[in-house]
Formats: sequence, C-alpha cells, structure tokens
Amino acid sequence: MKMVGSEAESTGSARPARCAPGAEDTISPGLITSSDRKKKSTASQLPQRRQLQHWHHVSSQAAHQQQPFDSSLEKPQFPGASAEFVDHLEFIQPNVISGIPVYRVMDRQGNIINASEDPQLSKETVLNFYQKMTLLNTMDRILYESQRQGRISFYMTNYGEEGTHIGSAAALESNDLVFGQYREAGVLMYRGFPLDLFMAQCYANADDLGKGRQMPVHYGSKDLNFVTISSPLATQIPQAVGAAYALKRENMNRAVICYFGEGAASEGDAHAGFNFSATLECPLIFFCRNNGYAISTPTNEQYRGDGIAARGPGYGMLSIRVDGNDVFAVYNATKEARRRAVAENQPFLIEAMTYRIGHHSTSDDSSAYRSVDEVNYWDKQDHPISRLRHYMTARDWWSEDDERSWRKQSRKTVMEAFERAERRLKPNPELLFTDVYEEMTPSLDKQRESMFRHIQQYKEHYPVDLYEK
Amino acid sequence: MAAAARVFIRGAHATLSVPGAGKQSSARSALLKLSPGCSSRLKTQQRHAAHFTFQPEPVTTQYGPTQKMNLFQSITSALDNTLASDPTAVIFGEDVAFGGVFRCTVGLRDKYGKDRVFNTPLCEQGIVGFGIGAAVAGATAIAEIQFADYIFPAFDQIVNEAAKYRYRSGNLFDCGNLTIRAPWGCVGHGSLYHSQSPEAFFAHCPGIKIVIPRGPLEAKGLLLSCIADNNPCLFFEPKILYRAAVEQVPVDSYTIPLSQAEVLQEGSDVTLVAWGTQIHVLKEVANMAQEKLGVSCEVIDLRTILPWDTETICKMCRMVGYKLRPG
Repeated sequence: MKMVGSEAESTGSARPARCAPGAEDTISPGLITSSDRKKKSTASQLPQRRQLQHWHHVSSQAAHQQQPFDSSLEKPQFPGASAEFVDHLEFIQPNVISGIPVYRVMDRQGNIINASEDPQLSKETVLNFYQKMTLLNTMDRILYESQRQGRISFYMTNYGEEGTHIGSAAALESNDLVFGQYREAGVLMYRGFPLDLFMAQCYANADDLGKGRQMPVHYGSKDLNFVTISSPLATQIPQAVGAAYALKRENMNRAVICYFGEGAASEGDAHAGFNFSATLECPLIFFCRNNGYAISTPTNEQYRGDGIAARGPGYGMLSIRVDGNDVFAVYNATKEARRRAVAENQPFLIEAMTYRIGHHSTSDDSSAYRSVDEVNYWDKQDHPISRLRHYMTARDWWSEDDERSWRKQSRKTVMEAFERAERRLKPNPELLFTDVYEEMTPSLDKQRESMFRHIQQYKEHYPVDLYEK
Repeated sequence: MAAAARVFIRGAHATLSVPGAGKQSSARSALLKLSPGCSSRLKTQQRHAAHFTFQPEPVTTQYGPTQKMNLFQSITSALDNTLASDPTAVIFGEDVAFGGVFRCTVGLRDKYGKDRVFNTPLCEQGIVGFGIGAAVAGATAIAEIQFADYIFPAFDQIVNEAAKYRYRSGNLFDCGNLTIRAPWGCVGHGSLYHSQSPEAFFAHCPGIKIVIPRGPLEAKGLLLSCIADNNPCLFFEPKILYRAAVEQVPVDSYTIPLSQAEVLQEGSDVTLVAWGTQIHVLKEVANMAQEKLGVSCEVIDLRTILPWDTETICKMCRMVGYKLRPG
C-alpha cells in the first residue's frame, strides 16, 4: 500500500512558517520528527530525509531572521513556493497520472490477490466483522420498513457501504474520536452501541441519549467517542481538525477520524478542514465515502478532477484511494493511516470508493435518476458483505447453516429491540427547554412554564400519556 | 490636483506636510506641485472623526492592584491571565502570532509557545469550526475573527453548530469552552467592511452568548467571564476604543457577570439603553438633555446582548415610562 504525496522530503524538524528562500525542496507533507514531539514512528521504515536547510520555528522573531536573498542564484526565491524555473509554457494536465489507483486486498469474489496484504485477522475478528455488517443490514431493512409504515418519521440506510464502516472502525482505538456525517452507523455498531439505543434515537423515545431532539439517524455517544451527528453537511470537518489539535496537545495517543461523502467534500468547510489540518499538523484521518451520488447528483456533476484523493496532495496531505467494498483494504489503509497520523502528527486522506445501493433516504426514490440494472450490479456482484462471506467460506469459517441461523437470530434481536422501542414513552416535554445553554435562562424558564400551563389547561388536545411525566 | 493633495492629508489636522527632510523631501515636494489656486490647508479635505469622548471608569481596588491599560492591552491582559492559569487554553486566528492587527495578542506567543498562540489559514469558517472542535475535545478555545465584518462565513458554524451542540446531543457534547473575539463597530474611515456591528444577526440565536464591553475595565472582566462561561460566546471589541480608551485595570483575573445590565446613571424621564461605544455618546446626550431640555435620562449599558437582562431593562422602563435604544 503506497500513499500518494511527496513522502521523500522532510524538513527534518518543525516545518517553517514560510518556505525559506533558497530551500532546496518543496514544502511537502513528508515525515516530521520535530523536537517537541515525544513519539516517534518506530514500526515503519522512515524514508531517507535529505539534508536541507531547515528552520526551527521557535518564535516569530526567529522566523524573520532569514538568509539574505541572492538574486544571482538561478533558483526561484519566492516565499510562496520553491521549485525550478521552466522556460516553456505548459499547463499541467489534471489526471496526468491517469487517476490515483484503487488499493484492494480481495478481488470481487473475496479471493486474496496479494497474500502479503492479507491482514491475517483471527477467525473471531473476521466473524465479528461479518456479523456487524449483516446486523447493520438487518437493522436497516427493519427500520426502513418501519418508516414506510409510519412508525418512525425518517430513515437513512447504509446498503453497500457496510465495508467502509466496519473496516475503518476496526482499525481505530476505542478512544479515538469519531466525527461522522450520517451514513456511518456501522462504526457505532462496531463499537458496541446497543440496538436499543439505535432504536431509541430513531423513535425519539425516553431512552434516547439525545433526548428526542433530532431526526432519526442523528446518533451520538459520549462513551463510545462518537460525536453526535448534525444535519448540515461537512460542518464536522473543521471541527474534527480542532479536536485533533486539542488531542495532540493532550499527548495521549488519540486520533480523530472524520467521515464525509464525496458531495460534502465540495463544501467550503471541507477545504477549510483539509488546509487547517495540514498547516496545523493534526493527527487525524479524513475518510471520504465516495459512493457515486449525493442524493441524485452523480460524481461527474460533483467534481471534475480525480475524485477526492487527488485533492489531498494539493493541501500537502498524504492520500490514498481504496476499494471501499473490500473490508480488508479499508482496514489496512485506516490502520496504517492511524498509526502514522499519531506518530507523525499529520493528517491522512482516505477515499473509499463504494456505491450507495439504497436511496439517499426514505424521502428519496432513486429510480428517478439511476437504473435498476446499475443498482443490481453492485448489490449482486460487488458487495462488501458477500465478498467477506466468500473469504470466510473459503476458509471453512462459515457455513450455510451458520448463515441461516445467524440471519434468523439477528433478525429476532432487531425485532425485539424494535418492539421495545416502539412501546416506550416519549421524553418529558420539559426537555424541549433544557440544554439550550448549560444553565436554564429566565426567558426559557418562562416559556417552559407557559407551555406546561397551556398543556394543563388543554390536556384533552395533547397526547400527554405518550410522554414521560 | 485636489485629488493628489488628498493623498497626503492625515488625520484631522489637514496640514499638507511632506514627510522626511533633505534631498528626498525636495524630490517628493517636486512631485506634489499645487496650482496657485489650491491653498495648503484644504478645508474640504479635512477629515473629521465622529466625535465622542470616552468616559473612563473610576479607579477600583476591589479586584486588586491596577495598571494603566488601553482596551487592547486589557484584552491582552485577560488572555495572558487565561493562558497562565488554564493549560488547555489556545488562541488562534489570522495574524495572532505576531501580536494581531490590533495588538491584542502581543507577546503571548513568546511567553506561552507556538502551540498555544498560532496563526490559522485565512478562513473564518475554518477558524470557528476548528474552535468548536477544539472546545468539544476539552480545550479552552479562543478564536479571533479579524474584523466582525468577516464573521459571516462562520455564520453556519456559529448558528447551526456551536449554538446547538449541547441541545442536539442531549448534553453529551458541547462547545462551551469556545469564545470568539472580533473587533467591532465604526471608526469613521472603516467604510462598509471595517465598521460593522453584526450582533443583531446573532441576537435571536439561542445557545450562544453575545457580549460587548464599553471600556477596558469592563472588557477584561467580561472577556474572562466569557472564557469561563460554559456556553459558546461572541465577544465584540469596539475597535475605536482600542487605543483611545484608557483606564486603570486590575492586573489579576476578575470577572464581571454576564446577562447583567448596568445602570450607569439613574433618571426619571427617559431610559437610554446602549452598548459598546455608544454608551459614551449617550452619557453626553444625557447631560445635554438635562442641561438644555431639563429631561432626566437613565443610562443603561446592556453589556450582554444575548441572553439579555430583561429584568433590569423592564423594571427601569416601567419606572421611567419611555425607553430609547439607539441603533
């Protein structure tokens, strides 16, 4: 597995604020072993660092003590970039490397292609991957159906992207902080979020950790280090960078992962996050789920460059594109990115190519903008769950009987959680007014009292018995 | 000719002075040849700054020893106290590393380190988003927006994210450790984009607090309260007061409560409510009204725009009868 981006060069110390005049090489992500970092990457082979002029960026005053400009040198002296001069006019072609290649470990049939890339996870681990992916799939089917029946207001499925969730979640430490977009429920499931709490959030019942305030699938868990989802897209990206910076200062070996789709990557917040993470040297992984569509907008209307991975080097970030439907490829890439992000305090960009088999949400009918044949291809011929199953059956780790009994058992547990959630009362209406600020303000208090007085007076018009007292 | 002359006029004095002396000076004065009809002091080109007189707070010893500070120095002092006492505190934004375009962060990077006082790329939505994330992860995040006029790219992060973080997560997560500071208000020559007072755009957004001080003593105490407060706060600093407002300000930490208006002078006929620079204008207005019209004005500094002190304002208005809130 090889990351794209100039790895060979490094300044050898804390990166200078400006490119020093006469510096030999471009400012590059490289590997940083600044004197103020305590951890060094030990496990991997660090590429050779060339001897360069480097600047210890100790204080702003030191940065101003530059070497004198020498206009007799033929090298460019510009602070903004250092490269060679060129005397013929030529525009750099996009996709000049004909697209960043897609890293994979298994073929579409689940066979390992290059044995040295097989992470050789234990049977127990691989079975857990499979069971989590299929449990997610089962929960999705049941909750999607429940929305169709009017039991919950809204739902978003994860069909086809289970590999991106489980592969990446498995590669992280449990105390790494996760910022998601909305199609990462498998990450939470992998970490152990119980079915009851998934259901509670979707039903907005009194058990919901979010106190019933948000639309379904806006999960969050402090215990599992999964920051609560919000609807606006890409807002989590610069936030993830800030969190990573704070965790870097804490020096507790924690990383941050930030998930987003290829559509959200068009937002200004994404550009902001990428740029900040590189300049501020943050230990985080940007994980882009490129699933082909942003609601109805296909990728050729979303961007014209080589996807999201090609943007990483533009920010000075190490980047890779992986087969998102290959859970081992996702696992390997995330694992290595995580290790290096923390060891070297730099961000990594992983673009996981996949396909959104389901509709965008229960408010969408994707037959309006894509063919059934296209969807069927991905469902039948390149699905993360079936590819992993082939890997398992090839090793005699999983039989038809195992499959049947697991499907039955997982469906049963989901249904039981579902029925419990449906019977549960809704949260106390008082929770409409709390947590706006840390403390209750006088004006909110007055509104709360006014509401309760109103309900008391007109209680026959309000379903008070459905709510906790 | 008049246009060329205008370039060299500085301040209210309007003297057509040529800088420097000697050979350079004569070369420059050769460039600027006025026609006989142009007088050297061009009345029409005189710049008149909007007039108000900053009225300093009386010296107070209740918070310990004090030192003469202007507004930007009182901000630096608050930030210095914060970085000294809170190891998680970080200050970031455009140009804060060298001291800031208004000198509010002078000396802090050298004193506390480059990992605590640092420049960010030029991107307000990134600055605020980054600040939110740092606060969520437990750091005391103090973000600077270079001018309040440029806060709008961050509007989504402030209104849709920061303000709602605690509520939408059921109090699992919050960004109460975030404070956003920005220079605010007119200076006379700032025109459209260096003069704005955007608090009204945020004033109806539950979940954030908005604070605007009238001088250095108030500023330090209110800023320290914002930093200590467990809700995301916007702190607008009247830029025209950065150098002009000088008071005796305590060197140690102290806080002035948020959401508490201050009655600066009592009156019986009209209540005047304002914040920031306008307080000084209204104090003068109150005096003029008393002298020229025999009208007794009450002057109240709102200080916290959101959540605002409805109790004080309503009580005072009821007592008085009329309320004026200058725009």
